[in-house]
Amino acid sequence: MGIGRKVVLYSYWLSSCSWRIRFALSHKGIPYEYKAVDLVKGEQFSPEFEKLNPLHCVPVLVDDNVVVSDSYAIFLHLEQKYTRKPLLPVDPQIRALNLQIASVINSSIQPHHMIGALKDMEKMFGAETKQWAQYKIDKGFLALEKLTKNVAGTYATGERIYMADVFLAPQIMQAVNRFDIDMSKYPTLRKLSETYKGLAEFHASSPQSQPDACTTVD
Amino acid sequence: MASEENKKLKLYSYWRSSCSFRVRIALNLKGLKYDYKPVNLLKGEQSHPEFLKLNPVGFVPVLVDGDFVLADSLAIIMYLDDKYPQHPLLPTDIHKRAINFQASHIVSSTIQPLQNISVINYIGEKVSPDEKLPWVQSVLRKGFTALEKLLKDHTGRYATGDEIFLADVFLAPQLHAAFTRFNIPMNEFPILSRLHETYNATPAFQEASPQNQPDAVH
Repeated sequence: MGIGRKVVLYSYWLSSCSWRIRFALSHKGIPYEYKAVDLVKGEQFSPEFEKLNPLHCVPVLVDDNVVVSDSYAIFLHLEQKYTRKPLLPVDPQIRALNLQIASVINSSIQPHHMIGALKDMEKMFGAETKQWAQYKIDKGFLALEKLTKNVAGTYATGERIYMADVFLAPQIMQAVNRFDIDMSKYPTLRKLSETYKGLAEFHASSPQSQPDACTTVD
Repeated sequence: MASEENKKLKLYSYWRSSCSFRVRIALNLKGLKYDYKPVNLLKGEQSHPEFLKLNPVGFVPVLVDGDFVLADSLAIIMYLDDKYPQHPLLPTDIHKRAINFQASHIVSSTIQPLQNISVINYIGEKVSPDEKLPWVQSVLRKGFTALEKLLKDHTGRYATGDEIFLADVFLAPQLHAAFTRFNIPMNEFPILSRLHETYNATPAFQEASPQNQPDAVH
C-alpha cells in the first residue's frame, strides 16, 4: 500500500451518507482510495461487501485494519484519529449541539428517505412513499431550523465548519434535489446551504465530482 | 428557586421511549441522580407549549443540566460522558470504540427510527393495522441479523467485551422492546438474547427499565 493511501472509502456517488464522509475527509485533507459500490446494480449485496458491512450500506471506511460502517461512527472515528482541522468544538455546549444536529439528521431524517427503506415500504404495501419522505424531512428541518436559528453565524453553529455542517450540506441538497422540499420555510438552513456551495470541500465531495458519477441511471 | 434545585439534573422522559431508556441507563451507570419529569407521548404532551418552550424540537429525552438544555439521546450520552467521566462509556482501544459506535448507530439509525410510534401509526393509518407488527418485525430482524454478525467476534459478558460500554446502552432498550413487545423469538438471535438476559440481571439497566419508571402504566 502506498504512503497516504491507507484509508479506503466504499461509497456511492449519490449517497448523502457517503457525501458526509467525503466532505470530512476533504476538509481534513486526508487522502483516500475511492471504491465505488453501485447500489443500483446491487453490489452492496456481494459476499465481499457483506463481510465489510452486514447491513449492506455505504459508506464503509477501512483505515489500516479498522473497518467502520455508518457515517456517524466513521465521522467520530476520523475525528478522534485525525486531529488536524477538528470538526467538533471544545466548548461542551456547542459540541453537544453539533452532535444533536447530526443525530437528528442521521436518525430522524435520513433513515426515512433512504432508498432501501422506501423500497421495502413499497414492496410490502405499495405505499405512496414520497409524501412520507417529505413529511419526515419537513418535520426534521423544522427542528433543525429551531436548533440553528439563534446560534448560526457563517456556519451552522458559529464561524467555523463543524460536524453539523458536514451533515447538513448533503441533507439539504438531497431534500431539494430528490424530494422538492420548499426551503423558503427554513431561512437559516437555506442561507447555510448557499454558503456550503461556495466551499472547495463541498465541490470536491459532491456527487458529480466522484469517480462513479453518472455511470448508472437512478 | 434554590441553587441546589437548579444544580440537579432533570430528565424529561417517557417510560416506554427506548431513547429515554438509553439515557436513564447512562445516568445510572455513572451514579448520577436526577429529577424524572414525565412527558406522556400518547397524550401528545411533547407538543404542549410548556414543553416546546423548554425544547422547541419536541422530542424526548431532554436533559437539563443547570441552564443547559439538550435533546437527542446520543448527544446527551456523549455530553454526560465528557462531563462526568466516572464509568466511561467508551473504551480506549480505537478498534473497540469503532465497534461501539457502529453497534449504537445500527440501533439508532437503522432500527429504532423505522419502528417508532410515528412510523407504526403511519402504517396503521395508510395501510392497515394488521401490517404494523410485520413491518416492525422485518425492521428488527434486518438490524438484528447485522448486529449478530458485527458482535460475534467481540462479545464477552457484554456486547464488546467484559465491561459495559456505549453499545450496551443502546442495545438494551432495543432488545427489551423486540423481545417483550414485538414478539421476536429469542432463539433466532443467540448473542442478542444472551445479552438481553444479562442486562435484565444488571442493576443499572433494571432500574432504568420502563416498568420501573414513575410514569409506567401497568
